[in-house]
Amino acid sequence: MTKLLEVEDLTVTFRTGDGDVNAVNGLSFDIDEGETLAIVGESGSGKSQTAFATMGLLARNGRASGQVRFDGTDLLSLSQAKMNKMRSEKVAMIFQDPMTSLNPYMRISDQMAEVLTLHKGLSKRDAIAEAARMLDAVRIPDARARITMYPHEFSGGMRQRIMIAMALLCQPRLLIADEPTTALDVTVQAQIMSLLGTIRDDFGTAVILITHDLGIVADFCDRTLVMYGGQIMEEGATTDVFAAPAHPYTKGLLRAVPRLDRDDDVLQTIAGEPPDMSRLPAGCPFSPRCDIVRPECTATRPAQEAFPPERRRACHAPLTEVTS
Amino acid sequence: MTMQSVAGDVSGAEVIEGRSLWQDAKRRFLKNKAAVVSAFVFLFLCIFAFFGQFLSQYDRETIDFTLMGANAYKGVPSFETGHYFGVDSDGRDLYARTVQGLRISIMIGIVGSLVAGIVGTLYGATAGYLGGRVDGIMMRTVDVLMSIPFMFVLILMLVMFGRSITILFIGVGLISWLDMSRIVRGQTLSIKNKEFVEAAVAIGVSPAKIILRHIVPNLIGVVVVYMSLLVPTMILTESFISFLGLGVQEPNTSLGALLNRGAGALQSGVTTWQFYFPLTVFIVLLFALFFIGDGLRDALDPKDR
Amino acid sequence: MFSFIVRRLAVAVPTLLILIILSFMLMFAAPGGPFLSERPPPQQVLDNLNAKYGLDQPYLKQIFDYVVNVVFYFDFGPSFQYRDRTVNDVIAQGFPVTLTYGFWSFVVALIVGIGLGIAAAIKHNTWLDYLAVGVSIGAEMLPNFILAPILLLTFTLALGWLPGGGWNGGEWQYMVMPIIALSTSYMASIARITRASMIEVMNSNFIRTAKAKGLPMRTVIFRHALKPSLLPILSFIGPAFVAMVTGSFVVDSFFSTGGIGVFFVNAAFNRDYAVMMGLTILVGSMTIIFSLIVDILYAWIDPKIRY
Repeated sequence: MTKLLEVEDLTVTFRTGDGDVNAVNGLSFDIDEGETLAIVGESGSGKSQTAFATMGLLARNGRASGQVRFDGTDLLSLSQAKMNKMRSEKVAMIFQDPMTSLNPYMRISDQMAEVLTLHKGLSKRDAIAEAARMLDAVRIPDARARITMYPHEFSGGMRQRIMIAMALLCQPRLLIADEPTTALDVTVQAQIMSLLGTIRDDFGTAVILITHDLGIVADFCDRTLVMYGGQIMEEGATTDVFAAPAHPYTKGLLRAVPRLDRDDDVLQTIAGEPPDMSRLPAGCPFSPRCDIVRPECTATRPAQEAFPPERRRACHAPLTEVTS
Repeated sequence: MTMQSVAGDVSGAEVIEGRSLWQDAKRRFLKNKAAVVSAFVFLFLCIFAFFGQFLSQYDRETIDFTLMGANAYKGVPSFETGHYFGVDSDGRDLYARTVQGLRISIMIGIVGSLVAGIVGTLYGATAGYLGGRVDGIMMRTVDVLMSIPFMFVLILMLVMFGRSITILFIGVGLISWLDMSRIVRGQTLSIKNKEFVEAAVAIGVSPAKIILRHIVPNLIGVVVVYMSLLVPTMILTESFISFLGLGVQEPNTSLGALLNRGAGALQSGVTTWQFYFPLTVFIVLLFALFFIGDGLRDALDPKDR
Repeated sequence: MFSFIVRRLAVAVPTLLILIILSFMLMFAAPGGPFLSERPPPQQVLDNLNAKYGLDQPYLKQIFDYVVNVVFYFDFGPSFQYRDRTVNDVIAQGFPVTLTYGFWSFVVALIVGIGLGIAAAIKHNTWLDYLAVGVSIGAEMLPNFILAPILLLTFTLALGWLPGGGWNGGEWQYMVMPIIALSTSYMASIARITRASMIEVMNSNFIRTAKAKGLPMRTVIFRHALKPSLLPILSFIGPAFVAMVTGSFVVDSFFSTGGIGVFFVNAAFNRDYAVMMGLTILVGSMTIIFSLIVDILYAWIDPKIRY
């Protein structure tokens, strides 16, 4: 049986003034119907570009190669017109910055209704009624009256709710959420995450959650994929990854989450800077910052190894050394 | 957030040296080929404008009566006669006249933008720094002045006070500072909240001194960019006025006045060179200035940093 | 909204008055009266002339009378140059011509400029973009007093397609060159502004959202990107519109179209203050009125501005 989305050997290349830069480097993963997958990594790890490549939204100078199969069809080779059919209807996306992601010059009603008139062929009036119902579903108070407002009349959290409602209008089978809570206040973050959880359960939508915040991954995602320097570091069920990280980078990430149950004097960090994608080391991209770095780490890229239960990782250090 | 490394880390491949704004700008400017070439072209034009007359045996005023009413056979451009650019309809050497016209145009461009730059900077910085009601009144005045049709008023002034180059200088310079004052005021508003200004206020430095010592030096980048862009505008304005015959008066001339006469000769079908030579110089000058201004903007615009 | 308009009017009206008074004061400040020339007429004649034009009255009364006449009767008084014509006659004769070719110049500049700008932005970094940018730089640098002779050289002298000047009741052949000469630099500016703002808008987050919704490119551009891209133009086209419909001294004098420009330049040579002031005030008030209209339009289009 085919998975809902299968990404195989995805490479995203940007042509820049200083030559070609690979933002994503031979990435493979998949996601099942109704499943929730977290893609975790620092800024510049290529996680957002993975999402943009899937949606066909790469910047002009970007090119994606490899395969991204949705329900068996390769999205990367689809024509523009066919890709437009997929967007919203099958795969929808919400973005990091709700403050700027809505068109400031159009009423919410028009921005939402155009999705339904385009994809479902509804009349304008039906589309607006449907849109208002969806705003109700994401718990926007007084949706019927407020739908005619402009984006600037809503708060950041409300705008992200609107974005979510807009993404769900056609009941897509996959929702890609690119750092949906990063730009929001902490209290609002929790509301949005719980809303996403409800939506996922109610509509049965598969969700790819892209984030750098491990805190929200733990309660929300079935599986977690850790990226660094455009490559996969490790992947597995969220509980397994958190309980026994199999990569030094994941360990570092988990250590860096501030915790109340530990008596830390200083905030734990991973030494060094996020990688410069135009000058990745020849070997493992994490090797310059790794505290158990070995000679082979700087020379060759570690191969992916699978290990039970249904996990994989890319590291030269033996599993036992990392988990100990 | 949690993953960002703390503090500046110097293990990176390059250590960033402290470079001053001007060194940085120079480097950027020199990388812009069009701007560098234009700078040399402009330098050449300046040398030509101020020393070009020594290459010619003729001056700009002497009328050669044998060549008066130049046409396709008489007074054509030639190296043998020494009239490199030919003669104009009055039998005067066009080369000498072009050199002088270029000189006037360059001078009016530079002086005009200097006047605009100084007046605009001081006005804008004062309004922005003092703020409140003073700012309101000062900027409202600028709004009012801006909605006055400037070309009409300039011509009105030229007619009323006589058509002299001084009035032209003053008129052009005095009106073009308005934009400058707006830009400078905006910049001042952001600078005045910086710590070093607050520190100066705290130790009791007078407002006039703060404006001159602390605010204006930090505006230089913007002011230079804007002034360099004003130079071609000034030259265009002067040429326009002179083209209408209201600017520089005979026997002096400017590129605009030369173009006017050249265009007249063209229209009546007498000669073409009277138009082409000043035109070429004019276009080369404008393009050079445009690319220099553009290069300066790229080099100094804080947006890119 | 209403209070915003009232407040804008509160600035516009004094501006107009200041403009009128300023031009009047300039006239008094001028050395010698309007009738002073190289050969001054006998004192008797001068006195008669001054009396006829009301110049023997106290300054304040003169200004007051002038303002009252202009504001309430739209009467700019008699011309100093022509004995039997008023400034209103001059305006009535020249202004329709100017308005006609000025209006068409505006239409041409707007349509071609916006079209070129959008095309260049959509085809960003292709030959079409480079061509459009090159054309706009060239056109902005070429002032109309250079363009006009070049046009004449090409279309009249070399090709013989178009008449070299005149108006002939506004036949289209007579309008082509004036329109090109007047509209080109504005067209270039509009194209440049449109291109820059369109590129910026197309890279913005909400356009990415619109694309993610699966809207076809056409819808993305025309429904989502066009309006915000055109906002920066609005503040440019207000003054540009006035500048174009009030014509151009160069076009009027070079192509002998008979618009107000040529009257103004003639008046300047003949020290006909009445005509000059009348035309200055006419153009000035149009500038003020149109910038008011543009501000109101801006507030109406941009939902974020609510005064």
